[in-house]
Amino acid sequence: MATERLPMQRAPALFAEQRVAARTPWQLAWRQLRKHRLAMVGGVILIILYAMALFADVLAPYSLDYNDRAKFYHPPTLPRFIDAQGRFHWRPFVYNTRLVDPGLRTFSEDRTTTYPIRFFVRAEPYRLFWVVPSRIRLMGVDEPARLFLLGTDGFGRDLLSRILYGSRVSLIVGILVVSVTIPIGMVYGGIAGFYGGRVDNIMMRLAEVIIAFPAFYLLLTLSAVLPTNVGCTTRFYLIVVILAFIGWAGFSRLIRGFVLSLKQREYVLAARAMGLDDLRIILRHILPNTASLVIVVASLSIPGAILGESGLSFLGLGVREPCSSWGNLLSAGANLVNLSRSPWLLFPGLFIIVAVVAYNFLGDGLRDAFDPRLRTS
Amino acid sequence: MLRHIVRRLLQLIPLLLGITILSFLIIQLSPGDFLAEIRLNPVVSQETVDQMRANFGLDRPLHIQYLRWLANIVRGDFGYSFAYQVPVLWLINSRLLNTLLLNVVALIIAWLLAVPIGIHAATRQYSATDNLFSFAAYIGISTPTFFSGLLLLYLAFVTGWLPIGGMTSLDYSLLPWWGKILDVARHIVIPASVLGFLAVAGLMRQMRANLLEVLRQDYVKTARSKGLADRVVIYKHAVRNAINPLITLFGLELGGLLSGSAILENVVGWPGLGQLILDSVIRKDLYVVMGSLLLGGVTLVLGNLIADILLAVADPRIRYD
Repeated sequence: MATERLPMQRAPALFAEQRVAARTPWQLAWRQLRKHRLAMVGGVILIILYAMALFADVLAPYSLDYNDRAKFYHPPTLPRFIDAQGRFHWRPFVYNTRLVDPGLRTFSEDRTTTYPIRFFVRAEPYRLFWVVPSRIRLMGVDEPARLFLLGTDGFGRDLLSRILYGSRVSLIVGILVVSVTIPIGMVYGGIAGFYGGRVDNIMMRLAEVIIAFPAFYLLLTLSAVLPTNVGCTTRFYLIVVILAFIGWAGFSRLIRGFVLSLKQREYVLAARAMGLDDLRIILRHILPNTASLVIVVASLSIPGAILGESGLSFLGLGVREPCSSWGNLLSAGANLVNLSRSPWLLFPGLFIIVAVVAYNFLGDGLRDAFDPRLRTS
Repeated sequence: MLRHIVRRLLQLIPLLLGITILSFLIIQLSPGDFLAEIRLNPVVSQETVDQMRANFGLDRPLHIQYLRWLANIVRGDFGYSFAYQVPVLWLINSRLLNTLLLNVVALIIAWLLAVPIGIHAATRQYSATDNLFSFAAYIGISTPTFFSGLLLLYLAFVTGWLPIGGMTSLDYSLLPWWGKILDVARHIVIPASVLGFLAVAGLMRQMRANLLEVLRQDYVKTARSKGLADRVVIYKHAVRNAINPLITLFGLELGGLLSGSAILENVVGWPGLGQLILDSVIRKDLYVVMGSLLLGGVTLVLGNLIADILLAVADPRIRYD
């Protein structure tokens, strides 16, 4: 709107000078965020994790359902540098192993031959970024040795590869969920907060019904409603839907409270006095100002969704075999007999913790960065 | 105050109705009913199945089924468990105390630890111990209970120090009364530590943040400038005010007493409500799921109400009428 820019046009010199010092709220927030060490650590960890998920095909030594039935519950293979004769190898190597006792799951190493770990080897085919066909994988060893860096599960499938592929499910679930709950929450909470009165009352009572349930009970019950005979991908999207169904209400309530306070601000009153219609006020003045809140809440609710999905999958109600997600991989360790003999089955849990911690670091940093009360400079 | 409570209780009625409707609708969405399984059983005749349908009212239209269920609930009858062949209320009662025991123990541990740790961390902000506690708290809030539960079970298995899973040993019924208490106490260590760790982490962060906020206030500066001892300033002035916001959290925790341990109970085999609800969800034991869902919702809502009331009692600045 031309009228809004009028003072600047009148005194360009004055404002040009000030513009050097003045920063947009986003720049201020970014400056503040950069000073938040934990937030930056969290951000870097997340970039690494998402890159891992994106390049899972390249990084994983084996494909998602590659299995060696003779090597079930195989312990993690440690890359070695010194061989049986005491010679040092610059290139790390592994030994081939053979199952000795299927009951106790013990394996013996054949120390006569070393199998050097090779990089950028040709292995099982995949499509890079779901498009480009390729066979190049980052690491591998020659047959018949296997490179099971984090061990295998009961079917002899490489845990590291499954964790890498599973990260695609576990990491994307949070983003998908908030990308559904944010628009719903903004529209629903925005309308309730902006119009107030009876509309607000009815809308919030409805949202409260969902908030009133213990989230995990509701999640369990809803997951039981899902059809069981659908494919992995469909089931995954359905889980996103139920997580969003549970999440939108709390988010709407937050937005509604914030919009309620924004409504009283001078610039909104000014816009109204200028004769702007409701839709324009909501779209141009109110919702853009909720952006900082939305970013903070989103970054803090993504880990909640990640935990929700892993909890469900852990209990066998979420993502199911043969697909993998971190929670569903961890459920192999839920059997204490399995776990006691193969403690490496707990590894997927560490990935859950690292991802959630990273999001919490980043979310707290964002909250501090966007909260002007805490801003010192 | 009393008027406020009464008004809040009245406001609960539409909310509770909403809770019952939603619980009912979700269950109805579920594909196939409980009788589907029985129907596949060749021993059970078609007549028996039909009779069961009629008994449970499954042959009536939806809204009639709902109203029947609701009317029964008002009379304190939560329906009948298909799978266990006992009244739902009886089934829930048998699990309720176990879940409460676990969560109350965890709650007590959490508050006893979190408040002192929070005070310590806030009064020595950015010190080595503060950083350590804050980092541990990050790990705490980020660790799913099923992972920490499994980890502790594994450690218990390896060391043999604690019983693995369950709530009682096999010879429980043979033990004298003090032996029974000791037995349950040994079994509760793992689940209570898992829940306690999670709660301490959240509570400690909150306590630390509140106290830091209060310590920035003018009256604290005034108290300091009057020459009051540091202890007096912190414990008599700051801590008291910093604890107030925690009351809201306390209410939330009260509300979560029945549902907070749901996954964990399934991991460590604690015979509580969480185990019951998962079991019934998988078996499509309709009325048990609806009953537990309802109970969980009501507890949560009442917890919030109690939090509001406690806050009003504790903080003279908050007035409702």
